[in-house]
Amino acid sequence: MSAPTPAQDKALALPDRGLRSLTQALAQREISAVDLAGAFLQRLEAAQPTLNSCITLDRERSLQEAAAADALLGGSEDAKAAARAAATTAAGPGGQGALPGGLIGALAGIPVLHKDIFCAEGWRTTCGSRMLENFVAPYDAGVISRFKAAGTVSLGRANMDEFAMGSTNEHSFFGAVRNPWDLQRVPGGSSGGSAAAVAAGLAPAATGTDTGGSIRQPAAWCGVSGIKPTYGRVSRFGMIAFASSLDQGGAFARSADDLALLLDVMAGHDTRDSTSVLRQDGAFSASLGQDVRGLRVGVPKEWFGTGLGAGVGAAVQTALDQLQALGCELVAVTLPASAQAIPAYYVIAPAEASSNLSRFDGVRFGHRAAEYHDLNELYERSRGEGFGAEVKRRILIGSYVLSHGYYDAYYLQAQKVRRLIADDFARAFAGCDLIAGPVTPGSAFALGSNSSDPTAMYLADIYTIPVNLAGLPAMSVPAGFDQGLPVGLQLVAPWWQEGRLLQVAHAYQRATDWHQRRPPAFSGAAA
Amino acid sequence: MTTWEVVIGLETHAQLSTQSKIFSGAATAFGAEPNTQACAVDLGLPGVLPVINRGAVERAIRFGLAVGAHIAPRSVFARKNYFYPDLPKGYQISQFELPVVVGGGLTIQTSQGEKRVRLTRAHLEEDAGKSLHEDFVGLSGVDLNRAGTPLLEIVTEPDMRSAEEAVAYARALHALVRWIEICDGNMQEGSFRCDVNVSVRPLGQAAYGTRCEIKNLNSFRFIERAIECEVKRQIELIEDGGTVVQQTRLYDPDRDETRSMRSKEDAMDYRYFPDPDLPPLCIDDSWIDRVRGNLPELPEARRTRYQDTLGLGQYDAALLTASREAGDYFEAVRAAAAGVDAKLCANWVNGELAAALNRADLEVTHSLVSPAQLGTLLQRLADGTVSGKIAKELFEILWTEGGDVDAIIDARGLRQISDSGALQAVLEQLLAENPAQVAEYRGGKEKVFGFFVGKAMKVTGGKANPAQLNELLKTLLAG
Repeated sequence: MSAPTPAQDKALALPDRGLRSLTQALAQREISAVDLAGAFLQRLEAAQPTLNSCITLDRERSLQEAAAADALLGGSEDAKAAARAAATTAAGPGGQGALPGGLIGALAGIPVLHKDIFCAEGWRTTCGSRMLENFVAPYDAGVISRFKAAGTVSLGRANMDEFAMGSTNEHSFFGAVRNPWDLQRVPGGSSGGSAAAVAAGLAPAATGTDTGGSIRQPAAWCGVSGIKPTYGRVSRFGMIAFASSLDQGGAFARSADDLALLLDVMAGHDTRDSTSVLRQDGAFSASLGQDVRGLRVGVPKEWFGTGLGAGVGAAVQTALDQLQALGCELVAVTLPASAQAIPAYYVIAPAEASSNLSRFDGVRFGHRAAEYHDLNELYERSRGEGFGAEVKRRILIGSYVLSHGYYDAYYLQAQKVRRLIADDFARAFAGCDLIAGPVTPGSAFALGSNSSDPTAMYLADIYTIPVNLAGLPAMSVPAGFDQGLPVGLQLVAPWWQEGRLLQVAHAYQRATDWHQRRPPAFSGAAA
Repeated sequence: MTTWEVVIGLETHAQLSTQSKIFSGAATAFGAEPNTQACAVDLGLPGVLPVINRGAVERAIRFGLAVGAHIAPRSVFARKNYFYPDLPKGYQISQFELPVVVGGGLTIQTSQGEKRVRLTRAHLEEDAGKSLHEDFVGLSGVDLNRAGTPLLEIVTEPDMRSAEEAVAYARALHALVRWIEICDGNMQEGSFRCDVNVSVRPLGQAAYGTRCEIKNLNSFRFIERAIECEVKRQIELIEDGGTVVQQTRLYDPDRDETRSMRSKEDAMDYRYFPDPDLPPLCIDDSWIDRVRGNLPELPEARRTRYQDTLGLGQYDAALLTASREAGDYFEAVRAAAAGVDAKLCANWVNGELAAALNRADLEVTHSLVSPAQLGTLLQRLADGTVSGKIAKELFEILWTEGGDVDAIIDARGLRQISDSGALQAVLEQLLAENPAQVAEYRGGKEKVFGFFVGKAMKVTGGKANPAQLNELLKTLLAG
């Protein structure tokens, strides 16, 4: 690795600025996209042995994308045409959800690290699995097309729990990711690589997916901001499916302000995803400055029971007090059915996963066993070798609950519970504008602490899972520390009200500086 | 001796005639190079998602309306999970608990008369690819061109009681799906294939016997043979003290027998559940109304109209509604033969034309005589310009050489002789030449009359107006 150039030194000094500021610096050619990407790549490469936040880094490919961004910034007609083409692709055939003209090139040169679950032409997409160790998709995910249209530069592919199954990022075929705040702890999961990289200042922004908390929980444990939009807001096309009715793409960044800019680009209808919704909600980044006084913040009593750790509880209570100080009104709400959320989730998500993962059979792509004597052995060995233990566990659970004679007792029952949970939220939102509470009962686990007891890992998702079952938008924002480890405040808004989430989170971040804290071991990197 | 009653139900897979696949934009054309018509969605690559083809839904609605069924305002796609190399996703997207078409029925005609076969349901689903075992040594090939082709699976109640009825149903359904243009009906290419459920029970017994399903029959003859073989097998089995085991069987046309493919014990648990990638399929009334407005006149309505309004017999009406093309040809003939009796038109379409088509092995749409030509010909027959005999000759000329009816009549002098003076001269000469026969007739041997008719026709080259000829001849013979 060569020493940073003066231009890269300058770029390295910039990352702690928000995306608006970086965009401005790029637009005014204060720095080039190539230098900015080069600076972050250097950090990612340097931190890789310690954090293992990435599965794939491809300096050459990233710098090519950066050069294209520089061309776009320089007004190249070819680069503009390519961006417009990506915007059209993102809407799907005949779609009306293309990126508005104003957003084409809006984030030109901004480096983004992508969770290794979003297929991207030319990039290996592994989904954290040996099964896809050598898989290169021939298409871009809807999310990737939208980022291309906005002109961002891919920094690489973030590590994750295999097929997004896990809350610790220890279930990656490519090794565990470490928490930059404490290398003996997990970053959370499944989007652990994305969260860790943003927390350590290795990337200004990263994508993630959230099926049961996979954005919010690692955001909370790594002390960064994360948003999981309303189900249907962001295209799932090209995003490798875990549980189709729950999966939703989202993002990590340093602040609500940055997330709003990212969501402006990511959100939008895609005709290639039948669950994606055509809406005209305007720019999320425009709603940030709005006054939060008078907003009613619902506090669910079920989320502050005995299961909540004292340190996390105290930090979250302080955050609620802060919201009150900002002029919000705290109101008590109740979400009784949430108690059944985990069992319902661990029926529905594995059921869908067991079916979604059937395509990984060693026949057309992905891992195929070297030796087999008949068709069944081809399947058994390819899948046996290609999938890790947690994935196999969930395929077994899912196959079981869908089996003849068990379907009614498990799958149908879980769907009923899911409906009750959504009804709870709808009722709660009749009396409040958003809901606030903890993201997790405790802070980051020590590495290896749940290896023998998967249910302990599952139970840590108690506050995030109900939100996925209801399909609601939610965020995690840094809200203090519990014995030196970050704590997140969860904000949940009614369906399609991401703007309100971002508005409250932004107001909170203007009044606090938790989101600006850096892990000591990596604060030097921010120069 | 027990008298056995046969109980049959059919499940038919009709390939819908859409340009693209049911959940992707790839083409559905038959016969392309292997794996050239399979896109990322058809291959089941990671992250891709299905999007329903509106044209496939529209065809399902068309079918539902044509059989008088209920179109479900909300139906649900489900996943049928099983592993097979030609099933790329490891599941087939189908409809399970809530199909798009519910109920309805089809009227069939057999030697026993008319019968109504009730439909249980019809649902949309995707086809799988093809496994090719013959073309490789020690390997199997997979062609995914067919994967994702839209199918409508049409399921009957167990209403049929003989192979004849089952074939009549299959033929009526085949004609209907082509009639309403939702399926090309090409059975060789697999666009229309039937699974047949067969059971037997002692006549009078209420409970059904154990059934066997014979899969993938792609000709009417195979349907008939497979049922005959299977019924015989089941009856012999029971009469020999055995019991029928629920099985899926295959019909082997070379050996003319059915054989077991798998039994119920081996039946897979398909772990059906609603496909979370596809929202419920919602069909509103206005869509249904639009489709209804575009439906052609249906076979049953047309048959009734032919019998009740045009006065055709049941046989002619049935033949003319066996396919939409036959009826359309008949309608076009009628349009070109204004004022001509419908029965005459029907006789010619079902008689002369059908025979010529049959000899040439042509479909009516490829007839060498156009409806306009035939219509004009029938007009000339009806208005007496040509005789019936000449009309048949004229038809042959049109069939082999083509041309304008009136021009041919003039050029070849085929006009009927209706000039009584000319005819009288011919007849007087005949009588003068055959005095013995005249004497016989006058002596009471009236069948000699035919002798003179034949002679007269021969002399006139068949152009004599028969009615006029008869009348004149009678007068002259009477002396």
